Amino acid sequence: MTTRNSINRLLTPKKSIPASLEIGAGATVAIGILVVWCALTYGGIIDENFLPAPGAVVEAFFKVVSNGMLFKHAKVSLTEIYVGFFLSSIIAIPVGIFMGSFRIVSAAIEPVVNFMRYLPVTSLIPLLILWIGIGIEEKIAVIFLGTFFQQIVLAADVSSRVPDDILNVSYTLGASKRQVVTRVLIPATLPGVMDTLRVTMGWAWTFLVVAELVASNSGLGYMILQAMRGLHPDRIFVGIFVIGFLGLATDLGFKWFTRALLPWTEVR
Amino acid sequence: MGSLSIDNVSLTFESRKAGKVVALNELSLEIPDKQFAVIVGPSGCGKSSLLDLIAGLRDTSGGYCRIDGDAIDRPGSDRGMVFQTYSLFPWLTVQRNIEFGPSINGVSKSQREERTAHYVHAVGLSGFENAYPSQLSGGMRQRVAIARALANNPEVLLMDEPFGALDSQTRSIMQQLLLEMWEQEHKTVLFVTHDIDEALYLGDVVYVMSARPGRIMDTITVDLDRPRDYEITTSADFIALKRRIMTSLHGEVEKTMTIM
Repeated sequence: MTTRNSINRLLTPKKSIPASLEIGAGATVAIGILVVWCALTYGGIIDENFLPAPGAVVEAFFKVVSNGMLFKHAKVSLTEIYVGFFLSSIIAIPVGIFMGSFRIVSAAIEPVVNFMRYLPVTSLIPLLILWIGIGIEEKIAVIFLGTFFQQIVLAADVSSRVPDDILNVSYTLGASKRQVVTRVLIPATLPGVMDTLRVTMGWAWTFLVVAELVASNSGLGYMILQAMRGLHPDRIFVGIFVIGFLGLATDLGFKWFTRALLPWTEVR
Repeated sequence: MGSLSIDNVSLTFESRKAGKVVALNELSLEIPDKQFAVIVGPSGCGKSSLLDLIAGLRDTSGGYCRIDGDAIDRPGSDRGMVFQTYSLFPWLTVQRNIEFGPSINGVSKSQREERTAHYVHAVGLSGFENAYPSQLSGGMRQRVAIARALANNPEVLLMDEPFGALDSQTRSIMQQLLLEMWEQEHKTVLFVTHDIDEALYLGDVVYVMSARPGRIMDTITVDLDRPRDYEITTSADFIALKRRIMTSLHGEVEKTMTIM
């Protein structure tokens, strides 16, 4: 391939490019950001109390690891998010699947669900603090309420998109209504349900951190807040990076789990 | 046994755009056991709706569909169906897709496996037992759908434009395959298409259906020798029958153009 040809390819929408170039492009941007960060901090352009140097962030990271602070707070945050998310999912996903496929269910709950899902869960935090306090239970409640109604709507959408033909063909093969639900409708929704879980998990992280920043006595959000109060921007950065990496790890976990559980789908 | 009797069947429904739609108007048909019957008609004439009624997937607005004299009021495994959209279960392998009907109907594992192996071979999919539908081409998917319908041992096979989404080479291979399987199984088939060549090539009898409201305009007995091969589509007899159907459909197609 001539140079002209390969440049032409780069500028054509949706054309694939060589893998080496793909990795190279990603690495260049990431390293570029790091270089700019180093230049700004080590070059003395920005005050270190404002933007800590990469070295200071790494140092702060080892400090919070060695004194056990990071694990303590990360454990609290992970417990809150997984318990809240799990409780929400095991109720919302089945309800959503039925809402998408049974008119009576959607007629009954759609008005309430649509009202609740446009109600930002953050506006409920003061009320929840009043009712439940600022402990782990309140965080679980925030995550539950934040994801529950979104999951119902997304799962209902997935379920309503299951093609009529595969339900009809099941009836002609002798399946009863019950078998059509358990052996056809529910399996057909699984890829969409996994997508729903992945998307709402991302939102759950946001709700968690907001809830911890508003009022709490532990968790990664609290750790960030304490670092701000003590004027430790390096520790704020540690908190942000840890949240980012935990989110990324969860997402990769979902991808892996989907591939293992649903080998017939292609994970994007 | 698998004789179908369609007795004065009407179907009307409410459409948000067009108001009350009369899809079928007092339509009657008699399809004897083991016949390969084809309905050909313009799109939107209600031929697919008629199959849905026979399959028991929807209710008539008047009249009865009967199988071996019994009125049809629900779907059942005595009437297998193949759709244009293949409608395979994407989470099941080829093997499991074909086994679906027998396993629902409580056929023993060993018998099920024997039957599946037979049909996998019959439709030419040996070696693909463990593939998922997403890994197959359109023609192969439709082979699975046919095998799945037949493995359930229905009395009647209902086929709703099954080859409509395939390219023309694949379509003629699939038509040939279907004929071979029908020669062996000798089941009653009701096949719906808008392709006149396909109708004449496959059918013992071709019913020509009018534009909405659908009714039978012409019944053509296809006296071509069996087993048939594709050469027959260029014979004088074939072309004469084709001309007859084209003439009666021509006006109907124009009618649907003005309705749409």
